[in-house]
Amino acid sequence: MSILVPGTDNPWKARIAFLAFAGGLLALPGLLGSPGDVRQWAEWLCYAMVAVGLDVAWGYGGMLALGQGLFFGLGAYAMGMHLSLEQVPDGSLPSFMSLYSDYTELPALWRPFQSFWASAAVAVLLPMVIAGLLGLLVFKRRIRGPFFAILTQATAVIFALVLIGNLKLTAGFNGLTGFTTIFGRNKYAPGTNRWLFQIAAVGLLVVLAVAMKVVRSRYGKLLVATRDSEDRVRFLGYDPALVKTVGFMIAAGMAGLAGAVAAPVFGIVSPGQFDYLPSILMVCWVAVGGRGTLWGAVLGALVVNWIRVTVSSSRPDDWLYLQGLLFVVVLAFMPGGVAGALRSWWAWLASAVAGRLGTRRTAMAPAVEPLGETA
Amino acid sequence: MKPVLEVCGVSVDFDGFRALDGVDLSVARGELRFLIGPNGAGKTTLVDCVTGLTRPTAGEVRFEGRSIDRLSEHQRVRTGIGRSFQTPTVFDSLTVVENLDLAESFRRSPLTMFLRRRRVTDGVATTLERVGLSAVADRPAGALSHGQKQWLEIGMLLVQGPKLLLLDEPVAGMSPQERLDTGALLHELAGGDQTLVVIEHDMAFLRRFARKVTVLHEGKVVSEGTVDEVQADPIVREVYLGRSRDARSGAVPSPVAEPVLEAVTGSIGETG
Repeated sequence: MSILVPGTDNPWKARIAFLAFAGGLLALPGLLGSPGDVRQWAEWLCYAMVAVGLDVAWGYGGMLALGQGLFFGLGAYAMGMHLSLEQVPDGSLPSFMSLYSDYTELPALWRPFQSFWASAAVAVLLPMVIAGLLGLLVFKRRIRGPFFAILTQATAVIFALVLIGNLKLTAGFNGLTGFTTIFGRNKYAPGTNRWLFQIAAVGLLVVLAVAMKVVRSRYGKLLVATRDSEDRVRFLGYDPALVKTVGFMIAAGMAGLAGAVAAPVFGIVSPGQFDYLPSILMVCWVAVGGRGTLWGAVLGALVVNWIRVTVSSSRPDDWLYLQGLLFVVVLAFMPGGVAGALRSWWAWLASAVAGRLGTRRTAMAPAVEPLGETA
Repeated sequence: MKPVLEVCGVSVDFDGFRALDGVDLSVARGELRFLIGPNGAGKTTLVDCVTGLTRPTAGEVRFEGRSIDRLSEHQRVRTGIGRSFQTPTVFDSLTVVENLDLAESFRRSPLTMFLRRRRVTDGVATTLERVGLSAVADRPAGALSHGQKQWLEIGMLLVQGPKLLLLDEPVAGMSPQERLDTGALLHELAGGDQTLVVIEHDMAFLRRFARKVTVLHEGKVVSEGTVDEVQADPIVREVYLGRSRDARSGAVPSPVAEPVLEAVTGSIGETG
């Protein structure tokens, strides 16, 4: 409800929250101090981008995409290939290739990645194209729920296997590494981490702004409607397969962009980072943070990774158990995740205050949205 | 007059069970047609064949003279066939206005779908008035009463402006006043370019609002005509009273049959 235009959402609340978040994010490196921490946070911001995209597909669209590692990985490899070529003179082979292969000149697959813009475009567009084809194939056949989850999971596994199996082109299990210069900057120079953080922050803000725009649009409402009742959407004259495919493509594009930013932040791009296990963790971030709210997805990615690094630096063996426990506790007691819990707590507080003041204005706090079929 | 909807010899088999058996049905433009029949007669299956939820095993469905059997559900909606379901399905997590707006937006270009809805469109505002939901426009649909959800569902159909509306038990679960309102609305809608096909059990409702009735039984059309004609039809009596087939040859209906038929169909209406 809005005081501005009856019958529409008030966009200003979200806009102000967004600006506050942007300000806080850009000020963060000043508060962190150590360059290692700054780099660490830059990495988490990339995860948050993936989480936001996944939330669009899963939280809003009800598609439990268990293979986002594929799209994250495609983006990371696209940029990683560009960075590998940056380390050697124009036209010559990346260092691993002269070691593992008998190529005498750059393979055709690698040539486009000499250009930064081509690499960036591939990083975002290739995941979207693949998600589009996969989505049409799957959703037109009305495959959904756990079948979709398993299918996407399989794509991440296949991706990792293909990378490992093509040693000559991908450096196999070891992955692409040794990025001593990043877009012309010395990786070890002071300020490089901060600069990478800022790129990641801008990336996250862009992703978040696009996602907010999408979920508030008519299409966003249609996506939620499709999540709640696919058949009803069909009888409104929409093709749910297309609606879902677009949502899946948005998630894939965001994961691809996140990967492209993550490649220089990680400093290494290898198959293990994009396998099924990281893909499942991405879903955990969103679940813990609260699916169906974009802020929840960001919060989930940051909080879970913060706990991970904090715990595993002091007690490395305990993290896996703690992570499992965290996931179970959240699913059992906070189905709306941290964001959902905060929201209902806030609603309770508001109604308590309103009751105290004796106003008759009942707090119209939105109940936690009913979640999709893939609960 | 040229029929809007033609169902020609449609049969549907569900794993050996014959839900529809060579059904022929022709509905003229602007008509208000009621479909009745005992449970399992195939009424909903017939509607499903028209809307594409079920594919006929044999036969053909034609809308405005063209076969629509190859069209998918959403394509049929786009040609102008709208339907409601027995249990109202609205989108609980969206508001009433958002539900209606989404229904109205199905003809929008894909690109404008990515814009935010900035106001309540005239079509949505008119429909809100028409179905009496203006007061709860910004309420999530999940918070509505059963009757209100049914009205919202009808509103979502109306706002799309379909040429053919198929309503599956629109007054089930409604209060007597709501039934009267719905009946009046059906009469208001039918006529001109808009055609209605309504599945309904409630005999009192039929008597009051039905013009032409088609009776289905065991997947076949057994009778067609006005309410009085249909009620006087011995086969219909047999269908509803469940008498043996041999009795049909007797032809003369017993004088007690009429009130019994009334009672039987009336009770079906209440439970259904």
